Amino acid sequence: MLTRVEVAVRPGMPDVMGDKVAAAIRRSLGLEVESVRTVKVYTVSGLTAEETALVIERGALHDPVLHEASLAPVGGDFDWALEVGFRPGVTDNEGRTARETLAVVLGLDRERARALAVYTATQYQVRGGLSEAQAASICRDLLANELIQRFEIKSRAQWAESPGFEARAAKVSGAAIDEVARVDLAAMNDEELAAFSRANTLALSLEELHRIRDHYADAAVRTAREASGLPPMPTDAELECLAQTWSEHCKHKIFNARIDYEDREAGTGEVVDSIFASYIHGSTAAIRKAKGADDFCLSVFKDNAGVIRFTEDTSVCIKVETHNSPSALDPYGGALTGIVGVNRDPMGTGLGANMVCNTDVFCFASPFHQGELPPRLLHPRRVLEGVREGVEHGGNKSGIPTVNGSIVFEERYLGKPLVFCGTVGMMPATINGKKSHEKAAKVGDAIVMTGGRIGKDGIHGATFSSEELHEGSPATAVQIGDPITQRKMYDCIIRARDLGLYSAITDNGAGGLSSSVGEMAEDTGGARLDLAKAPLKYDGLRPWEILLSEAQERMTLAVPQDRLPEFLALAEEMGVEASVLGEYTDSGFLEVFYGDKPVARLDMEFLHNGVPQMRLEAVWERPEFAADGEATAVADAEQGGLLERMLGRLNICSKEYVVRQYDHEVKGGSAIKPLVGVKRDGPSDAGVIRPLLARDEALVVSHGICPKFSDYDTYLMMANAIDEAVRNAVAVGGDPDRMAGVDNFCWCDPVASEKTPDGRYKLAQLVRANRALYDYCTAYGVPCISGKDSMKNDYTGGGVKISIPPTVLFSVLGVIQDVNRTATSDFKRPGDLIYLLGATRRELGGSELAHELGFVGTSAPAVDAAAAMARYRALHRAIGAGLVTACHDLSDGGLGVAFAEMAIGGRAGALLDLSAVPLDSGPMNSGPMGSDSMDTTALLYSESASRLLVTVAPKDRAAFEALFAGQSLACCGEVLATDRVRIERTGATLVDAAVADLTRAWQATLDW
Amino acid sequence: MAHVKTLVITGYGTNCEVESAHAANVSGSDATDVVYFSDLTAGRVKLVEYNFLIFPGGFLDGDDLGAAQAAALRWRYAKNRDGEPLVDRLKLFFEQGGIILGICNGFQLLVKLGLLPAVGEAYFERQVSLANNASARFEDRWVHLTVNPKSPCVFTRGLDRLYLPVRHGEGRIVARDQATFDAMVAADLVALQYADAETGEPTMEYPANPNGSPLAIAGLTDPSGRILGLMPHPEAYNHPTNHPGWTRGETSRLGVELVRNGIDWLKAQ
Repeated sequence: MLTRVEVAVRPGMPDVMGDKVAAAIRRSLGLEVESVRTVKVYTVSGLTAEETALVIERGALHDPVLHEASLAPVGGDFDWALEVGFRPGVTDNEGRTARETLAVVLGLDRERARALAVYTATQYQVRGGLSEAQAASICRDLLANELIQRFEIKSRAQWAESPGFEARAAKVSGAAIDEVARVDLAAMNDEELAAFSRANTLALSLEELHRIRDHYADAAVRTAREASGLPPMPTDAELECLAQTWSEHCKHKIFNARIDYEDREAGTGEVVDSIFASYIHGSTAAIRKAKGADDFCLSVFKDNAGVIRFTEDTSVCIKVETHNSPSALDPYGGALTGIVGVNRDPMGTGLGANMVCNTDVFCFASPFHQGELPPRLLHPRRVLEGVREGVEHGGNKSGIPTVNGSIVFEERYLGKPLVFCGTVGMMPATINGKKSHEKAAKVGDAIVMTGGRIGKDGIHGATFSSEELHEGSPATAVQIGDPITQRKMYDCIIRARDLGLYSAITDNGAGGLSSSVGEMAEDTGGARLDLAKAPLKYDGLRPWEILLSEAQERMTLAVPQDRLPEFLALAEEMGVEASVLGEYTDSGFLEVFYGDKPVARLDMEFLHNGVPQMRLEAVWERPEFAADGEATAVADAEQGGLLERMLGRLNICSKEYVVRQYDHEVKGGSAIKPLVGVKRDGPSDAGVIRPLLARDEALVVSHGICPKFSDYDTYLMMANAIDEAVRNAVAVGGDPDRMAGVDNFCWCDPVASEKTPDGRYKLAQLVRANRALYDYCTAYGVPCISGKDSMKNDYTGGGVKISIPPTVLFSVLGVIQDVNRTATSDFKRPGDLIYLLGATRRELGGSELAHELGFVGTSAPAVDAAAAMARYRALHRAIGAGLVTACHDLSDGGLGVAFAEMAIGGRAGALLDLSAVPLDSGPMNSGPMGSDSMDTTALLYSESASRLLVTVAPKDRAAFEALFAGQSLACCGEVLATDRVRIERTGATLVDAAVADLTRAWQATLDW
Repeated sequence: MAHVKTLVITGYGTNCEVESAHAANVSGSDATDVVYFSDLTAGRVKLVEYNFLIFPGGFLDGDDLGAAQAAALRWRYAKNRDGEPLVDRLKLFFEQGGIILGICNGFQLLVKLGLLPAVGEAYFERQVSLANNASARFEDRWVHLTVNPKSPCVFTRGLDRLYLPVRHGEGRIVARDQATFDAMVAADLVALQYADAETGEPTMEYPANPNGSPLAIAGLTDPSGRILGLMPHPEAYNHPTNHPGWTRGETSRLGVELVRNGIDWLKAQ
């Protein structure tokens, strides 16, 4: 029997969630609604009428102080009732909690509890003169995502005739299936092979399919298969497993490809044998060697996260992932899954790390986008709101502080938003006498899967968009993370870790069990897996689907047989599902069964090393920019207005709306917060936390991201991103000699094809970015310890193709010896002297100024690594010596914006004299040196790299300047005891503005 | 002088257990254990062996069904392996003179369990609750607090003002009826109020009052004064660099002083 329990706020009390929805309807859809009342609906299956009455009597689903609960429809005075619920198979976290709670409150035994189900929905009772189409639009364009949710509508008249909605169970029904299909690759010609790969979203190339076909044709392989009861041709599970293991996502085939790189600008050519090996791993190896005894890397590129030394007995690790495609389709679920998913990387690193903090960076199109949207794309405002909320719930509910982040706005992210989620973990350097950053499954260890159950979620990961969802079919496309199931698993794993109950652990991400077991089996040289023992959310999954499912919140462990009973008892006690699925072997094969039935038998060597290396071509030609003369002429009288407009630009304005809703202080170690200054609303350059509460060592987390320079030269884009990340970390007190990097590449498809005729250029862009990575990481001595790539960020639909600008997020994790020696960006005291570190060049390509004034810049900023590193080291010494009262990096909007932001943070007046600003003709600038050579607007807003603004107390002037002897630096202003900022040049006042007005301009844009 | 044994209970989405235990450790707790709720149901840990109980902040059950609602029901209906209702063990702990601190989500748990405010000493009866913030948003910001000197609370003795972070989405006090609210106020069970930074007076102004709580209520005690629940996080201000203005030279009394007060009171018994 299905029963609806409806819960509404008690009459006479404010329904603030309803008010919030009403405001969102007015703001996002421009519909004038009077009011919205929310009613939470719990559809319960599996209880008797008496038990249901008890549910209400005991307040199991409502809080009697706040709510009233009813078995009859909650009525009222409204024009439209809109009800939004989940489609079958979609993760319903609140439904799960409700089910568990009812079982406890009613004292149900295990069997009854298992038969119980609760499905949640929300009803919105709307007052306002809306048409039916408008009511539907509220559902479709705001409240429901039809990919995962369904909605129903009733008008006032319909409700009067028949009040309430029918009880619906979002249940997936199916029967257990043990069907294993065989695929006769040998009988297919090339055309058929390609069609087969496409139809089954295997994403295997013809060459790879040939390699697989040839493998199965091998006489020895055939004989061995026959002996094992398997067909000579591959099974569906084997092909899926190979496709997954060989996927771009897992094998990084483009980064490992052999590339013929032709540089037409220089007239040279060369072969790059693996970008990853040559540039990324290559730079890290070179840096570690150069650091010698000071090398702090413990584990790089081989585990789920890279590990470095923190204190003498503690290590820290970091991983950053992207979750772009899922976030495009369901911003909330995609981002939530992204953040909760990346948490499992540190959790599955070494013997398992504790969570320390998160960092999140998003790239969106303007939330104020106007005009038609291409088919299937969501409005950027909706994407922003959904992603923001998904990360809020993922981070806050998991109890992990979000200490750093940013949002980049660019129109091309309309085609694919980028959602970068990163997590830092920490672990004791040794656990039970073992090095915590190492692990290995042993022959005979049990394969144990813990956490969530397996459903059709996320099968075929990122290639799902072709499959349409319909009522009655489980939602495979989009997943919704479940922070609480994961948290319970994490609690259990950390205790098991400290008790020494397992030998190895990894997470279930892309490829599910096929990938987690397949990878851990490399330690022993084989595994035997029985899929019939895997716990399922619902029946109806074929064996290969169980193997490949990417259902969330699962970890796979290798548990020694003699510790297995203890492990399973612990999991049971802590309410965590743990299932033994087989054992690790040294057979040389990944052997998969469903009960007794053979499903797959894959040669470990072929599985992991059989993929052929891709051969690709790259051609670099420097793009021509029709330089339009950089029209930077702005009348002096207009400079004040221009500064306010610059401060209000999306890429510059305050992101407090987002930051405030993220818990950045949980875990109690917050030292430099994302919002700083006298009113706690100024911008912060990086996050600093003190993860060991009884000690003063700290970690700094920062990042750089500069896709705006990619159209000029991705070499400069990458150089600037690395420089920005290091600079941000140094600005708050980070030690440039104790920093590790994480590279996250998000590219548009760089493989030339009919769809991508400019693939050779895009690949050349990739090569150039990686050359810069090598050059600048080695120059700064910042080793990359982990990274990830996402190579297909394109959208095609409605006759348009949108490719994102090549984007790299470069994150930095650094160690700070003393948390008390750190700095924030806000002006502190009147009289403090303002120093500009680093020279300014006329570099306006890609700048915020160019966008504001509507011109095309000539050149993007170049980075002088040697000068920058000397500056950063000197600055670090100055901060360490307590000579710096405030420090802020110059990035978007250059000097003018950084200066204004420091004034905003400190709510302090200040003077900036542009005549004193050091200029540099520089390699990218044809103009002569000298303070008159650059016009004021360019000088204020050029985005030359490696610059910082610093304030110093007058008494420390000499000591401070001594540290920078021989470097480009100038005292160009001071903090004033007024509430106005003044910018002057050779005696003329260009800007004289109230700090309050600048603050308003900076905050207004995203003040939602 | 009493030996102070502190028990910090976590699990099911609680997530401030480490800093809460740290706060106890630096405030004179002689022994501090962090345990999971499942350790109580498994009978591995006994509440009566402790005299200071901390319910830390977090997101019990993901705030599904309302903050701490599911956890309150779990406490009320769960039994340990010996078949004893856990709630009876909690009652016994309190009757034996122990002190209880509920922070944020822990405060939400205490009111939903009916341990606060316990007007008329009616313990384990839900008299008030914590509803969604008036802003309908989760927010992280620091707030000024003023201490009610007349409250019987043992944690706030001798304190006058505090500056602490709040990080919650459901912190607005709602009483089941006006009479309960009035009786709670009359009995001085309001221990802490959101205050204006300048005047130190209780305020209804957002964001100084971050959630629209009536009478600016930020924390409640019970008639014995041995239970304190508060929305702000004293454990998150355990080091001078936690203060959001520390780089400006701003400082104030550490939040962990509140914990120390409770421990000192226990030691004096």
